[in-house]
Amino acid sequence: MHLNSIKHIRRRQLISASIRGIVLFFTVLTLLPLVYILIYIIKQGIGAINWSFFVQLPRPVGEAGGGIANALVGSVLIVCVATLMAVPIGISSALYLSEHPQGRLANVIRFCVEVLTGIPSIVVGIVAYDWLVKPMGSFSAFSGSVALAIMMLPIMIRSAEETLKRFPTHLREASLALGVPYYKTIMKVLLPCSLSGVLSGIILSVARIVGETAPLLFTAFGNPYLSFHIFHPMHSLPLLIYNYAISPYDSWHQLAWGAALVLLCWILLLNILTRMIIRKWSVRY
Amino acid sequence: MPEPLPTFTSKTHASTSSRAEVSRSIPRSHRLIARISNADRKDQWFRHTLHIAGLIVLCLVIAIFLTLIVGSIPSFRATGIHFFWGKVWDPVTEVFGALPFLAGTLLTSFLALFISLPFSLSIAIFLGEYFPPGKGKNRMAGVVREAVELIAGIPSVIYGFWGLFVLVPLVRQLEMKWHVLPYGVGIFTASLILALMIIPYAASLGREIIHMVPAELKEAAYSLGATRWEVIRHVVLPYARTGILAGILLSLGRALGETMAVTMVIGNTSALPKNIFSPGNTLASVIANEFTEAASNVYLSALIELGLVLFLVTTLIHLIGKRIIKQFST
Repeated sequence: MHLNSIKHIRRRQLISASIRGIVLFFTVLTLLPLVYILIYIIKQGIGAINWSFFVQLPRPVGEAGGGIANALVGSVLIVCVATLMAVPIGISSALYLSEHPQGRLANVIRFCVEVLTGIPSIVVGIVAYDWLVKPMGSFSAFSGSVALAIMMLPIMIRSAEETLKRFPTHLREASLALGVPYYKTIMKVLLPCSLSGVLSGIILSVARIVGETAPLLFTAFGNPYLSFHIFHPMHSLPLLIYNYAISPYDSWHQLAWGAALVLLCWILLLNILTRMIIRKWSVRY
Repeated sequence: MPEPLPTFTSKTHASTSSRAEVSRSIPRSHRLIARISNADRKDQWFRHTLHIAGLIVLCLVIAIFLTLIVGSIPSFRATGIHFFWGKVWDPVTEVFGALPFLAGTLLTSFLALFISLPFSLSIAIFLGEYFPPGKGKNRMAGVVREAVELIAGIPSVIYGFWGLFVLVPLVRQLEMKWHVLPYGVGIFTASLILALMIIPYAASLGREIIHMVPAELKEAAYSLGATRWEVIRHVVLPYARTGILAGILLSLGRALGETMAVTMVIGNTSALPKNIFSPGNTLASVIANEFTEAASNVYLSALIELGLVLFLVTTLIHLIGKRIIKQFST
């Protein structure tokens, strides 16, 4: 072969290889700060965590120790109520969408789900404030749950619809041909077969909203005491992290780092649970 | 002649023993018909329930929109269209101009987009082209993908917390070196944290888009003797161009609406930012900061109007991005 053309090929290969190197370099460079965030939180948070961290209330400034029991309880309660509200509406409308792949109303609803996905979380907070906090006259955990439920809906609906859509027609027809009523076909054949997708969609939406702070700022508002009353102000993990992070006290920063670690572990667990459900329960048609 | 059909609505609620008696007393064919009509009725109910659930979602979006519009009427009455280019935001004298926040939002978002673009694009190319999934041997790609997804799930308040304690001191040192006022907090810091936050999202979007490039096109280029970079440069990127544009739009939508992390590191002043290092406020952060303190009706309404602007802009960008991706994938 001609010497020049060999040189030319060498050069092209060299460029290709160096670009590959650059891409690798940039990837690693990006991952570094992101991984550093994780490590930093673990390092800072692990020191704060002990038994009293989970069972005690925050102490006043100046006293050492204390825990985040109120925020833990509040977070669990607010998220549970939100899930209870979002699941029936979310799954039913996902069923509606998957049963009407082409209908005009279904397309409008799909558009609405898309709009809900793009809504900034702070705007949801404003809306929940206007709907619930203003008429009821006080901040409440319930209004926070409503805000979080609104944020959960689009995630849940889209992931459930994706699974439900994949249910094969012949199985549905087989059930209907046996004389099984429509609602039983849905409840006893379609939903159980799609259970893994539907469940993982629900858990995924919970994982997305557990750490949401903005919608809770002027709904659940926060509360330094332990409260189980959902119509009163209530603390939650992300709110506590925000409030303590911007405070000037070191002991509060410590609590906030611990809370951040707990929140991260919670989200991680939910994500792992989703993977497990998908792997174990998913039905191949 | 058969007996008349009993009324079944009440029977369905009867106790089990009486139901058994009833079923013995009527012929089998009638029981079957009744069961079928009963099932029909339940079917109707079931369909209605699904329909209503769908309508609830529709009403929710309409209600959110209306709430924001109705909420911002008092402010619009007081300030009018001047709201959008008023430079002064002074709640005490009730002068509300949104320009500082519009500027802050646009500055942080575009700066973040600009910073994050090379990084997210290279992760997208890395995962989509160099180490695509499903080859078994690529453990490293799997690790990177998992890490990116894990990091995408970190709540924004934690990013903000980290930024406040790690990034702010770092930026302050840089600012001292560059001889600008060392606030530490400010638009630049907010952009950095935003960039970090949108990289995982943008990267996983980009990876999916790069995956959609047909293998035949790439193989054709390889068979002509193109190197890997030439394939990426002349086949993958041009083909995925519109998709990548959509990905950028979606990331922009994310950045515009991001609240907590920005609120914690931007410095929260309502003055028009002088340069990218000065503290400022975004639409979302001013709402987060001042909403619970809004004493007067007009003040609250002005904040809701900011929310309406934010809602309209992010939704529009999000919808356009999704539309482009949908067209791209079909």
